[in-house]
Amino acid sequence: MIDSWILTWLCALPLLGGVAIVLIPRERADLVRWWSLAISAGTFLLSLHLWFHFNVADTGLQFVRSHAWIPRFGIDYAVGVDGISLLLILLTTLIAPLTVLGSWRSVTERVHLFHFCLLFLQTGILGVFMASDLFLFYVFWEIMLVPMYFLIGIWGGTRRIYAAVKFFIFTMVGSILMLAAIIYLVVHHQHVTGLMTFELAALLTSPLEGQAALLACLAFSLAFAIKVPLFPLHTWLPDAHVEAPTAGSVVLAGVLLKMGTYGFLRFCFPLFPEAVHQITPWIMTLAVIGIIYGALLALAQEDIKKLIAYSSVSHLGFVMIGMFALNLQGLTGGIMQMVGHGISTGALFLLVGMIYERRHTRLISDFGGLAKVMPLYTLFFLITTLSSIGLPGLNGFVGEFLILLGTFQVSKLATIFAATGVILGAIYMLRLVQQVFFGTIRHEENRNLGDLVPREIIIIVPLIILMFWIGLYPRPFIERIEPSVNHLLEQVDGVEPAPTHAALPIGSGGALDNHAVIPVAGEGK
Amino acid sequence: MDLYPLILAFPLIGLLINAVLGRRLGVRGSGAVASVAVLLSFVGAIQAFIKVRHLVALGDGEARLVVRLWEWIHVGGFSADLSLLFDPLSVVMILVVTGVGFLIHVYSIGYMSHDRDYARFFVYLNLFMLAMLLLVLGDNYLVLFVGWEGVGLCSYLLIGFWYDRMFTTKMSNAAAGKKAFIVNRVGDFGFLLALFLIFTNFHSLNFDTVFAAAAHHPAATGVMTAIGLLLLLGATGKSAQLPLFVWLPDAMAGPTPVSALIHAATMVTAGVYMVARSHILYALTPDVLTVVAWVGGLTAIFAATIACTQNDIKKVLAYSTVSQLGYMFLGLGCAAFGGGVFHVVTHAFFKALLFLGAGSVIHAMSDEQDIRRMGGLRHKLPLTFATFLIATLAIAGLPGFSGFFSKDEILAAAFSRQPALWGLGVVTAGLTSFYMFRLMFLTFFGKSRVEPERAAKLKESPPVMTVPLLILALLSIVGGLIGLPPVLGRHLLGGFLAPVFEGLHHIEGFGHAEHLSASKEWLLMGISTVAALGGFLLAWTRVHKVGDKEGLFAKSRNGFYRLLEDKYRVDEVYDLLIVRPLSKLARFCWRVVDELVIDLAVNFSGLGVRLGGELMRLFQNGRIQSYAFFMVLGLVMLLIRVLVQQG
Repeated sequence: MIDSWILTWLCALPLLGGVAIVLIPRERADLVRWWSLAISAGTFLLSLHLWFHFNVADTGLQFVRSHAWIPRFGIDYAVGVDGISLLLILLTTLIAPLTVLGSWRSVTERVHLFHFCLLFLQTGILGVFMASDLFLFYVFWEIMLVPMYFLIGIWGGTRRIYAAVKFFIFTMVGSILMLAAIIYLVVHHQHVTGLMTFELAALLTSPLEGQAALLACLAFSLAFAIKVPLFPLHTWLPDAHVEAPTAGSVVLAGVLLKMGTYGFLRFCFPLFPEAVHQITPWIMTLAVIGIIYGALLALAQEDIKKLIAYSSVSHLGFVMIGMFALNLQGLTGGIMQMVGHGISTGALFLLVGMIYERRHTRLISDFGGLAKVMPLYTLFFLITTLSSIGLPGLNGFVGEFLILLGTFQVSKLATIFAATGVILGAIYMLRLVQQVFFGTIRHEENRNLGDLVPREIIIIVPLIILMFWIGLYPRPFIERIEPSVNHLLEQVDGVEPAPTHAALPIGSGGALDNHAVIPVAGEGK
Repeated sequence: MDLYPLILAFPLIGLLINAVLGRRLGVRGSGAVASVAVLLSFVGAIQAFIKVRHLVALGDGEARLVVRLWEWIHVGGFSADLSLLFDPLSVVMILVVTGVGFLIHVYSIGYMSHDRDYARFFVYLNLFMLAMLLLVLGDNYLVLFVGWEGVGLCSYLLIGFWYDRMFTTKMSNAAAGKKAFIVNRVGDFGFLLALFLIFTNFHSLNFDTVFAAAAHHPAATGVMTAIGLLLLLGATGKSAQLPLFVWLPDAMAGPTPVSALIHAATMVTAGVYMVARSHILYALTPDVLTVVAWVGGLTAIFAATIACTQNDIKKVLAYSTVSQLGYMFLGLGCAAFGGGVFHVVTHAFFKALLFLGAGSVIHAMSDEQDIRRMGGLRHKLPLTFATFLIATLAIAGLPGFSGFFSKDEILAAAFSRQPALWGLGVVTAGLTSFYMFRLMFLTFFGKSRVEPERAAKLKESPPVMTVPLLILALLSIVGGLIGLPPVLGRHLLGGFLAPVFEGLHHIEGFGHAEHLSASKEWLLMGISTVAALGGFLLAWTRVHKVGDKEGLFAKSRNGFYRLLEDKYRVDEVYDLLIVRPLSKLARFCWRVVDELVIDLAVNFSGLGVRLGGELMRLFQNGRIQSYAFFMVLGLVMLLIRVLVQQG
């Protein structure tokens, strides 16, 4: 029965592979790379099973497995996947081998430890996306900090320690409050039912109410919002990105940030539906500020990595407003955008890594005219840029459009402000492209740069294919997401969600909506 | 075999072949692949035309073919498919796009023969055809938007085609491309919001569904107005109207065939197409229609005045394009939707011809574009001269030429709607005639002012370039016959398009176009002819007669003239009001808000928690030594913190 074991295998394989690195002799760094590649590629192939055997008609968790783990506290090893986590798991497993390839030449010190950390990190992230027991989730959530901390702290840039500590402390602050909230939930459940359990499905049966729900929701939200990151909790991100090695940045932007948005969907929404409605106007406001603010900061940056880091703040703001629109289009768009952002920003960081390997600088002003010497690199960077700024036909557009469409039905004002992010996005990304690739070659060092080598082409092509695939034929993705989103909406609203254009309850009460400039017309005249 | 369902496939295949093999094919091979691809699309367009015309002749109202490609985005009640709609409007558009596009592709083989990057050029050109066809053939607003953005991308890529060159001393080609993209994004912002409003109110983005729903159950006036204005904002971006026209003159940084194809004949008319397509929505909000008319009329005269003072041959044509697009919007705004489309067609002929002629001149002049250093070229470039003259007569609106008929139709519509708008149009017609003949005289007449080394190499372009000129010249002469005014005969184009605009009959005030009386019609034609002749005479006396005497190009005559030369300094105003404050704001957010306020708050709250913890411990401990110890420790930590902060 592969279906019931597959998730466990997926999650364990990278860790086991990572531990096995110990057996590889010290001087055989090349073997470590190949091994790490084999393990992560194998994990990816294994994860494809989920894609093909996922039952679109089933709205609940699939491939579930549950075992008692610490029975005394009702803690289970319980895993499962729905349409939302499915895509994030696949994104994680896809990105892993690419990061291994991306670090092939750039990481030459402590290669064993590096690849152990990468694989360990993958286990942690996969665990987060598949855990359906809150304690298990918390364990994965915390444990994945450790390899990430080392990745930044050991193989990072000059201010790596500062960045690593900042990253660690930020996340810890959030998660400790979340742990308190989890324990509170469990205790509450025990009061109501007499049973102690950390299983999400069970906890849903004894919902918190009133102030308690709001507080618990806020505790969860803080942890997730830091991870997203939601303005103004984002300042750890640029530091972490700039200092992290390529692999770290790719995983960070590609997958790690989505743990925050995923957390909202998986825990906050179903556990505290009413509280979510209460905090929605606030979250919306912060997310919209984040969209514009992140874009403005990206506009001012001189370091390519920092620019992309701030663009993530902007893009994740889109994800947040889509999710908190709490309707089908917004949520589906939000999830599409999570995947889309993972692909395009992951690709951007990989591409920046390639140029960094050649020039050991990331300052925009150190480049210019690269199109002449690196035409293929330019082409890939351009396509990725276009996908990032949401050009129709590429992946970014599908998510962005659905998000804005969904949000528009809830708050016109928020949509109008968010849509300015579409303009700003073009400004900062095209400025980057112009200054790096166009014009004449101003620095002699750039005159003899080599174009991409086969290894680098192999890294980037799968992502480019995905950009076109999602952009032109997103159906296979949407049809996997949609049932789970519908299910989620039922949990949040307690009613069958109307399929279209129905303004949801928050639409009328939200703070943002009071200022809607354009009246919604039902049946006019 | 029916080629029209494959109309998108040909340019796609062409661009893929050129992307992979282009460099090995040579410029002729590469160009031939690209041209044949477009030719096949053109054949498909003709087939579609024949089929649709047959359906129109049957006259049961449903003159349309739909080709459904695949399901694109379906989420809940929202759906948008990739499907193509061949109806009279889109068929007219694709005939122009592929027909003129084919000629320009062929011409490019000659024009780009000395450029090493020809393969990339033809890839972009075919990509543009693909996007443009998608734009006009999409059967819903979202597919239209895909094409809309796609042509914008190609425009961006082609403006910056020579990415290592400078366009002006201050602006690089790449910067010009970026400017075009970003200004268009401002328009797209409006377009997107319009789509959301349309979907929210009519639950679809499909043209048929939306228009049927809007006609029968229009939304509240405010909403309809907002939709109309937001769509118009999108159109002003793509079609270079006030206030978003600023990118088009700089788009001349691209190779001249690109200026002809994208920035004159096809892409920039996308806004006109889109408004014509949305005619129902506009007819339901007459006020917005008035705004469209005024935007068009003002843009027309505004750009025409600038064109009178420019000395770069392509800049003159660029402002002329902005001005002529203004005419089209004027027509649309006066509810002459068919008239607007008619002018799109004739303008595609003569403006493509003008740009290609200019390209021929530039090519012969070894990349010189300044008309102050031309003159007397008619002897050296006879074919280019003859065809350029025909195009000039057509755009100036001399009777019998194509531009005369389409302009006349728009002016007639303006006259019956609002005489002031008609006045704008007539004055613009005079100005148009003036700046075109000024250009003509300075380029082709008078004594040669060509630098000697350029003059030595001066020779007529090869047939691969001149044959397209001749074909376009023919079209510029006879193209107007498809739309004769009522007093002269039948309006073939109007008859063909009638089923598209049939829905207007059900809307109050749009039942039937009011025909002017024959005498008024003659009078209006007479007045616009007089305006055209007046412009010609003015150019004759003020430019040609002055000839090569000193002072013709003197720097400044008066303040207004200088203002015109500086293009009303719109770019400078935008720079001052938008570009600079934005970058200042960005730096402020980064250096002050992010690094100072937020980050310090974060670090201090971390510090606060820590000191608080220490303090608690001290109170529990109660030994005097440790009090002192922890105080010092706290201070040291504070110091370290500060040092780290600064380091």
